Amino acid sequence: MWSYALRRILATIPTLLAVVTVCYLLLHATPGGPFDDERKVSAAVLANLQAKYHLDLPLWQQYLHYLNSLLHGDLGASFRYADWSVNELVAKALPVSAVIGGGAIVIALFVGVLLGTIAALRQNSVVDYLVMLLGNAGHAFPSFVIGPVLILVFAVWLKVAPAGGWNDFSPRFMVLPMLLLVFINVATIGRVMRGSLIEVLHSNFIRTARAKGLPMRTIILRHAFKPALLPVVSIIGPLAISSITSAIVTESVFSLPGLGKLIVNGAANRDYTLVLGLVVLVTVIAVTFNLLVDLTYALLDPKIRY
Amino acid sequence: MSLIEVKNLGVRFQTQDGLIYAVNGINFALDRGQTLGIVGESGSGKSQSVLAMMGLLARNGQASGQALYQGQDLLAMKPAELNKIRGNRVAMIFQDPMTSLNPYLTVERQMTEVLQFHKGMDRKSARARSVELLDAVKIPDAARRIAMYPHEFSGGMRQRVMIAMALLCEPEVLIADEPTTALDVTVQAQIITLLRDLQRDFGTAIVMITHDLGVVAGLCDEVMVLYGGRVMEQGDADSIFYSASHPYTVGLLGAIPRLDAEDDLLVAIPGAPPNMARLPRGCPFSERCALADAECRDVLPALLAAENNAAVRRACHRSVQAVSELVARGVSHA
Amino acid sequence: MLFKNKQDALVAALGNTLEVADISGRSPWADARGRFLRNRAAVFSLCLLVFITLTCIAGPWLLPHAFDAADWDAMSMSPTLRNWHFFGTDESGRDLAVRSLVGGRVSLMVGFLATLSSVTLGIVWGATSGFMGGKVDAFMMRIVDMMYAVPYLLIAILMVTILGRAFYLVVITITMFSWMDMARVVRGQTLSLRSKEFIEAARALGVPTRRIIFQHIVPNLLGVVVIYTTVTVPAVILTESVLSFLGLGIQEPMTSWGVLIHDGASVMEVSVWMLLFPAGLLSTTLYCFNYIGDGLRDALDPKDR
Repeated sequence: MWSYALRRILATIPTLLAVVTVCYLLLHATPGGPFDDERKVSAAVLANLQAKYHLDLPLWQQYLHYLNSLLHGDLGASFRYADWSVNELVAKALPVSAVIGGGAIVIALFVGVLLGTIAALRQNSVVDYLVMLLGNAGHAFPSFVIGPVLILVFAVWLKVAPAGGWNDFSPRFMVLPMLLLVFINVATIGRVMRGSLIEVLHSNFIRTARAKGLPMRTIILRHAFKPALLPVVSIIGPLAISSITSAIVTESVFSLPGLGKLIVNGAANRDYTLVLGLVVLVTVIAVTFNLLVDLTYALLDPKIRY
Repeated sequence: MSLIEVKNLGVRFQTQDGLIYAVNGINFALDRGQTLGIVGESGSGKSQSVLAMMGLLARNGQASGQALYQGQDLLAMKPAELNKIRGNRVAMIFQDPMTSLNPYLTVERQMTEVLQFHKGMDRKSARARSVELLDAVKIPDAARRIAMYPHEFSGGMRQRVMIAMALLCEPEVLIADEPTTALDVTVQAQIITLLRDLQRDFGTAIVMITHDLGVVAGLCDEVMVLYGGRVMEQGDADSIFYSASHPYTVGLLGAIPRLDAEDDLLVAIPGAPPNMARLPRGCPFSERCALADAECRDVLPALLAAENNAAVRRACHRSVQAVSELVARGVSHA
Repeated sequence: MLFKNKQDALVAALGNTLEVADISGRSPWADARGRFLRNRAAVFSLCLLVFITLTCIAGPWLLPHAFDAADWDAMSMSPTLRNWHFFGTDESGRDLAVRSLVGGRVSLMVGFLATLSSVTLGIVWGATSGFMGGKVDAFMMRIVDMMYAVPYLLIAILMVTILGRAFYLVVITITMFSWMDMARVVRGQTLSLRSKEFIEAARALGVPTRRIIFQHIVPNLLGVVVIYTTVTVPAVILTESVLSFLGLGIQEPMTSWGVLIHDGASVMEVSVWMLLFPAGLLSTTLYCFNYIGDGLRDALDPKDR
C-alpha cells in the first residue's frame, strides 16, 4: 500500500513541474509583463519584483530561484499591489473558499448518496423521476445561471437571505453560496450513485446473496453499498476540481472575498504574478485532491493491492 | 408427499417485442437423495425455470404454476417467508463462480452471514462451522484461507466455496445451475465427484442444470430434456441415454464427439436455436426435425408416456418406432 | 435431419443456416437512426436546436433594431410589443432581443470553431496514440493525464490575462482544454479495434491496410466521435460563457450569452428579463445538446444505459 502511495506521489511531480514551468515561461514571454523591460510599474512594486524574482539574473537562474521560492512556500509578489505579497493575499482569501467549498462538498456527498440510493431502490417511481430531474437541472444549467436565479428567488423575492457579500464567516452570507454548490454537486453525485447502485444490484453476486435468503436491507448495506460507492469516490476528485471552477463563479456571483474572486480580479487587473502564483497554488491543491482520491479508492477496493 | 413438486411451471417475460413465454408446462417431482438433470441448449429455458422457483426472476419476468416445497408453494410466498427457505432448506449454486461471489467481502463474511441469519449462530461458531464445510469440500488450509477474498482463489476453488456456502444449513434441496460450465474439464470431474459424495453423505436432492450430457450421465437419476421452453422428453436417465425416443434427444446424443469415431467431421443439428418471440404453433423443434410434418408445426404434441417404456414421457407426434428407424438409418453414436 | 455421413451433415448445416435468414437484415446505421428517431426528446431537441441556430443567424436581419443601437426613448423597458422590443431593453435602450440573437451567433460560432479544432486535435492525438501503441502511446496519454490534472479555468484565465481577449484567442484557449475527452475515447476505441477479431480476419483474408483503416476502423470510430462531439459542443459553449460571465471572455463591442447574463445578473432586481432571456436561451441550447447526446448514445450503443 505504501509503495503504491509513494509511486503515486512521485508521479504527480512531473505534472506540477510541467505546469509551473509552462506558466512561468508564458509569463516571461508576455509583453508588458513583469519580466519585460517595458513594464510600467511603480517603484515600490518594482522593488518587490526584484527581490522575489531576481530580474537581473539570467533566465535559468531566475527559474531556479523561482522553484526554490515555491518549495519554500513563497508564491511571489503582486504586480499591482506593493503592500501585499501573494502569500498574504492568499492567506486572507483561502479560508473563505475552503469553508464554502469544503463544506458544500461534504454536505453534497451525504445528500447525494442518500438521494441516489433512494432513487435506485425506487426505480421509475415518482421519487426517482424527481431525483433524476434534479440531477439533470443541476447538471445542465450553468452555475452562473442557477446562482443569480437563487439570488432572485431567495434574496429579492423572498428576502430570506442576503444577495451577496461577506461578513467574517457569518452564516447568513454562507447559505446561498453553499446552496448553489450543494445543488450542483448533488446533481452529479446523485446520478452517479443511482446508476452505480442499479448496476450493482443487477450483478451476479447480489443474485447469490438473494439466493442465500438474506433480507434486502442486509444485501444493500453489506453487499451492494461498497461496490456502488466506488464510482462515487472516483468522481470526487474531478468534482473537487470542478468545485474550484464553481468557486470562481460562485464567488463572483455572490461577491465573496475568496481565492476565486482574487484570481478574477487579478486577471482583470493584469496582475500577472498574482495570477501565476494562484495558478500554481490551485494546481497543487488539485493534484493533491486527485492523489487522495486515488489512495481512497485503493483502500476501498481489495483487488487493488500493488 | 414429495420433497419438491413442480406443477405446470411457466415463465413469461414482458419485453419490447411483446410477451415471451420462456418456459411452459414443466412438471417434476423429487425426493430425498434423488438427482434430476435438466438438459437443453442455451435459451431453452432451463435456468429460468429454477430461477423462478427461487424467486430470482428479473423484474419483467412472471412465473405461473406451482413450485411446492414440502407442500408450500414457493411461487406464492411473500419475500420474507421465501427468505427463510432460500439458502436454508433450498440452496442454489450458479454458473460463474468468478462473478457469483462478492469480491468486496471476505469468504468468511459471506459464509458466516448465512449461519447468522438462518441459524442464529454467533460469529465465532459460524466461522468454525464454515471452516468445517470448507474442509469437507477439500479446500486446503481452510482455517487460514477463509479470511481471504474471492479473487485470491482459483476458479475451481471458488466453485467449491460456493458449494460449501450452499450446504452450510444442510439444505434438503440443492439447485445447481451449470456449475461446471465455466471450469476446465479436470476440475469439472472433481466438482461432479464432490457433488455425488455430498449427496451420499447428506442425502440432498439435487437439481442439476446443464447442457453437458456427460455430466448428466455421471450424476443423474432422472433427466428432463428441454427445447424452446418445453419438455421434449423426460424420464429415467438410463432409458433416455440408451434408447432415446425423441428426435431432439437423438440429435443431442448424436452430436457428442467421440474419440473412437471413424470420420473426422463433427455433427450438428442443422438450423439455429429458436427465436423465442416467434415460436411455431406446434412443436418448437419442428423447424429442425427430420421427421416433422405439417401436424408437427401446427399442433403441440402432448407429453405422454412412451409406448415401450412407461418410465419415459415424450412430446412427439411420431412413434417411438419411427424414431428408432431414424437412428438406424442415419448417424448413430449412441 | 440425420445424415448418412458427417460430410453431408456439415454441408446441409451450412446450407440450412443460409436459408433460414428470411428476416431482412438492417445495417447498424439504419438501426441506430431508427432508434434515435424514436427518441422523442432527442428529436424534439434537435429541431429546437436547429430553430435556435437559424433564428440567431437570420433573426438580427429581420428585427428592426441594431444590436448596439441605443434607443434613448426606451431605456430599461420591460418586454413589450410596442417599438418591437420583444425582449425589452437594457439601461442604454439597446434591444435585448437583437442582442440575445447576436450574442447567440457569437456563442454558437465560438462553440462551433472551438469544437471543430478540439475534435480534430482529439481525433488525431487519440488515433495516433492508439495506433502507435507502446511508448509513444504511454507518453501521449501521460500528457493527456497532465492536462486533466490542471483546473482548466485557471489556465484559461492565465492565458486570457497574458494573451488578451481577441476572438480567435478565446477560441484557442477553449480548444486547449476541450480535446482530451475525445483523444482518450478515440485512443481507447483504436486500441480495441486494432486487436478485434474481425480486423485480424480481414488481415488474414489479405485485405490491404488502407482498406482496413477506411472500411473497418473509421466507421467504428465514427460512432464515438459523433457522441463525444455532441458532448464537446455544450462544454465549449459553457466554457466561453463562463469566461465571458467573469468578464474575461468576449469583449465589447461584441456580446455573447455569457456577457449578457453577466449584465443581466447585475440589474436583475429591477429588470429581471435582462437575466432571464439570455439565460433561458443558453440553458435551452445546452439542454438540447444534452438530450441529443443522450439520444445518440442510446441509439449507437443501446446496452449502455
